[in-house]
Amino acid sequence: MWDYTEKVKDHFLHPRNVGEIENPDAVGIIGNIVCGDALKITLKVDKKTHKIIDAKFQTFGCASAIASSSVLTELLKGKTIEEAQKISNQDIADYLGGLPEEKMHCSVMGREALEEAIKNYKGEIQPIVLQEKIVCKCFNVSEEKIRKVAQENHLTTVEEITNFTKAGGACGSCLGEIEAILKDVWSIKEPIKIDTSFPKKLTNLQKIALIQDILEREIRPRLQADGGDIELIDIEGNKVIVGFRAMCVSCPMGGITLKSIEDKLREVVGEEITVVEE
Amino acid sequence: MNTLYFDNNATTQVAQEVLDSMLPYFRDYYGNPSSMHTFGGQVYRKIEEAREQVALLIGADPDEIIFTSCGSESDNTAIMSAIETNPAKKHIITSKVEHPAVLNFCKHLSRKGYRITYLPVDNKGRLEIESFLRAIDDDLAIVSIMYANNETGVIFPIEKIGQILKERKVVFHTDAVQIVGKLPVNVKDLPIDMLTLSGHKIHAPKGIGALYVRKGTRFYPYIIGGHQEKGRRAGTENVAFIIGLGKACEIAAKCMQKEVDFVKQLRDKLENGLLNNCPDASINGDRESRLPNTSNISFEFVEGEAILLRLDEYGICASSGSACTSGSLEPSHVLRAMGVRNTAIHGSVRFSLSRYNEEKEVDKVIEVMPEIIKDLRLISPFGRERLIGKACTS
Repeated sequence: MWDYTEKVKDHFLHPRNVGEIENPDAVGIIGNIVCGDALKITLKVDKKTHKIIDAKFQTFGCASAIASSSVLTELLKGKTIEEAQKISNQDIADYLGGLPEEKMHCSVMGREALEEAIKNYKGEIQPIVLQEKIVCKCFNVSEEKIRKVAQENHLTTVEEITNFTKAGGACGSCLGEIEAILKDVWSIKEPIKIDTSFPKKLTNLQKIALIQDILEREIRPRLQADGGDIELIDIEGNKVIVGFRAMCVSCPMGGITLKSIEDKLREVVGEEITVVEE
Repeated sequence: MNTLYFDNNATTQVAQEVLDSMLPYFRDYYGNPSSMHTFGGQVYRKIEEAREQVALLIGADPDEIIFTSCGSESDNTAIMSAIETNPAKKHIITSKVEHPAVLNFCKHLSRKGYRITYLPVDNKGRLEIESFLRAIDDDLAIVSIMYANNETGVIFPIEKIGQILKERKVVFHTDAVQIVGKLPVNVKDLPIDMLTLSGHKIHAPKGIGALYVRKGTRFYPYIIGGHQEKGRRAGTENVAFIIGLGKACEIAAKCMQKEVDFVKQLRDKLENGLLNNCPDASINGDRESRLPNTSNISFEFVEGEAILLRLDEYGICASSGSACTSGSLEPSHVLRAMGVRNTAIHGSVRFSLSRYNEEKEVDKVIEVMPEIIKDLRLISPFGRERLIGKACTS
């Protein structure tokens, strides 16, 4: 069992400032659900004095992650942005009376979320959206991204969107939705029709082509970016057999990578897909 | 505050009768069983009695039981013995979901030139026999597969595997610490050569285990020294603990069936109660072939350690496969091998019961759990929407 201080337990069991501020002046998001912890802070800031009037958080994570977030929001309230910038992860840990060594990353996460929020306040970055609406599930492209890319590049056709974002390039089930978004972007007032019909049952050939396509176009580039690689060995019915290559061979997170590939294939091709290592 | 103990796959309470049977051997009968005098000799006889009690529980001959210090020692001994007695063979088959006592020992051996095949499991945690058949070769020194999994309770087809190996005369060891005492195990009917059992999983104390070695199996000791255990395990016998293990086995054999029914009924009530009252919860593991005391449930969008600490406020003890509870910050290797979604692994909780649980304890868990899950989901930015996060590629 972790040796948590009374202060950690208190902030875990009675977290302060849980929630989300409406129309926040700054948002900071860090982490994701797959990796086990994620934190979102929203701030209300007095634009004249740059003083933080209110701070709220939402956290997915263990007790120390929740306690660190709670403390962070407490520390932020009443401080100016300049003062807030000076809060370190050690300040968060100290406020909690210390954290177990293995849990220090929870305080670091708090500090990182704060950095994101400050950058966002200064207009340097847009926060990543945790619950953004994903339009193209094959390539994980959000509605926001499609809108942004369309406006910035004056894209008017679905084909252009696919070329610029890959959205709609695989299973094609979101093409109707992309079209609706485009019409909305360019203010063509027409009732938006969203294609929610379930994709048709794939033939074996279509399935194999789709799996190859996803591996080639999405998964391999992502692994290669980290010095790894993967090879498609065979497809037996719904069993996709792959082999790790390069850095992936020795990567301790292999199981997780395999799982994320499976998740992706299941999402696009069908729930019955399993991915195994050769 | 009362303790509501639902972590019996981690360890169990020592039975009162077991403790009572042990105490005289600290205080009054402290002789060395190897001594020539009557004072020591009487202790030797008690050890042999304990050996019979252990043998009886698993249908073995007393001569086939070697006392060890724990399940891990038994596991290590079994594997070492097989490779010492088959020096030319360099291949070991085990599974991806073994206890670290086997898994990490195999990893250690792989650094010494051994080739290890880790058999996969399917999404219900069932061993894939096909890959086992494919892995068998002439270089095989030993196959070590657990009988029942500690995290999910899923039972493996030990009989089937043993039959396949029998023809090929490959040493077959099974780590049975989770099943012995919970379900009937009879080595007479099982085509296995070695079997590990552990005291503290069956209401004996920590620090005592046993290894069953079938007569005729070539054996090489792991701890070398004196002639204790007929030269098969050196070191002065841990007398009181051996006697305690004997007593625990005697009790287990006597109340097995009654206990199985009782525990299973409580487990099912707990499981159904939680599934019915907590949305987005699901069972990990094959419900058809599972230990009667184990339930592994995933609560999506919340993190396991947070659940455990909230349960702790009510004195409820359970465990989790979440990365944050493991010390190594790695999520459960068992659930990962099963391909359980990451979001579900982080929120997995294992309840494991024993004969000492009561129905009102189960009711308490069913009462407090939905609130805990709801509270934590309210704190979480993920709420209840199903989300696919970005994958970890590093």
